[in-house]
This record gives sequence, C-alpha cells and structure tokens, in this order.
Amino acid sequence: MTTTIIKTTTRLLAPLILVFGLYIILHGHLTPGGGFQGGAVVASGLALLIVAHEHKKVKELFERAPLSQLESIGALGFLGTGLLGLAGYTFFKNVIANSGFLFGGKTPIGINPGYLNTGGTLAYMNIFVGMKVLAGLTSIILIFFLILKEGEK
Amino acid sequence: MRNALGIVVFLAFTFFLLTAAFEIRPFGEPVHREMDNYFIMHAQEEASANNVVTSIVFDYRGFDTLGEATVLFTAVAGVLMALRSRGVKT
Repeated sequence: MTTTIIKTTTRLLAPLILVFGLYIILHGHLTPGGGFQGGAVVASGLALLIVAHEHKKVKELFERAPLSQLESIGALGFLGTGLLGLAGYTFFKNVIANSGFLFGGKTPIGINPGYLNTGGTLAYMNIFVGMKVLAGLTSIILIFFLILKEGEK
Repeated sequence: MRNALGIVVFLAFTFFLLTAAFEIRPFGEPVHREMDNYFIMHAQEEASANNVVTSIVFDYRGFDTLGEATVLFTAVAGVLMALRSRGVKT
C-alpha cells in the first residue's frame, strides 16, 4: 500500500497540514474554524503519516504517544473551563475575558483586528476541544490500521 | 409492479425537490432575523469574542458543545474498548 507517491506526498504535505490544523485551533476565536475543525485537520495529517509508513515504524512512533491521556485531559479541561464560570456567575460564563490573564486582553469592539490575546475562556476551550478531537480521531484510525495489519499477517 | 412503484416514488420525490428548489427564499433573507441581529450586535460585548460563531458555539450554546464533546468521547471510548480485546496494543 505504501507507494513512493504516497511517501513523497506525505513528506511534503504532512508538516503543512499539521501546522495549518494547529493554526485553526489557536485562532478559533478570531477566524473561521475552531477546536473541532482544527482537530479534524490535525488528525487527517496524522492519518496520512500513519498510512505512509510501515507497520513496524507506526508501532514505534505511536507506542508512547499519549493519545488516551490527551483525550481525557481535553474532556476534563473543557468541563473545567466551563465550571470556572460558576465562580460568581453562571456555567460557561466567560470569566477570563478582559481580565488581563493569558488570552484575557481587552476585546476590541467593531471590526475584527485579529488580536490573538483576546477571547478569554473561548480560546482555552478551543485548545482543549482540539486536543480531544485530534487524540480521539487519531486513536480510532490507529487501531483500525493496526487491526488491518495484524490481520494480514 | 416494483418498477412502476419505483417510478412513481421517483417522480413524486423529484416533484417535491423541484418545488422546494423553486420556492426557496432568496439568499440572505431569512424569515426570522431578530436572533441573528441580536447576536451580531451584542456578541462582542457579551461573549468577548470577535468570531461570533465561536461565541455562539462555546458561550451561548455551551451545553450543546458539551453534549457534542461527550458524544465524541463516548464513541472513541467504545471503539477502543471493543477493539482492544483483539490483542492489539496501542
């Protein structure tokens, strides 16, 4: 299955896809996209990496990848960021916005100038959800690939 | 008999789709626009995000996103639990 075409294309495209996915996750509160979309893009890049390599190398590469831990951290972090709003307000209240904390810069009103340091909890939720989606989709693809390869032997 | 039934259903469905396509409202003119206008006017002050779609997904309808994340988590956990027993170690 791993032809030279796939290997060469992967070598060129995989870094670009991964960087683009991380960009979509990080800029979720400014530009179109967000955690789910960016996580899916990163997972597709990782799927390309999985498909383009030999069975043994994939096992080596992903043996120590903390995919289930990332998934759990993403889910708990998303819930925890939502629970932060209970400190004085309601569930999912944006308490970090305009507070001066990381991602807590003052939100400009009007036309979007694209300041990364704004957004409050929305930026954190995007990061957590992106982490969760990329770990979940990648682990599903990985386990299907491994079962397929074990079955071929 | 089955073919005749199939043709009738096909024609009815085609008629339905064509009617829907011709009766569709012009682009950008929805029936109810109060909520759209509210989001556009107030999202930046209330939810502090310049991306209004993100502010709706993670702030106004946070519960919906929480359910979505739970669905994905459950699906991944189910797949991994069902397939891990076949001797494959990830």
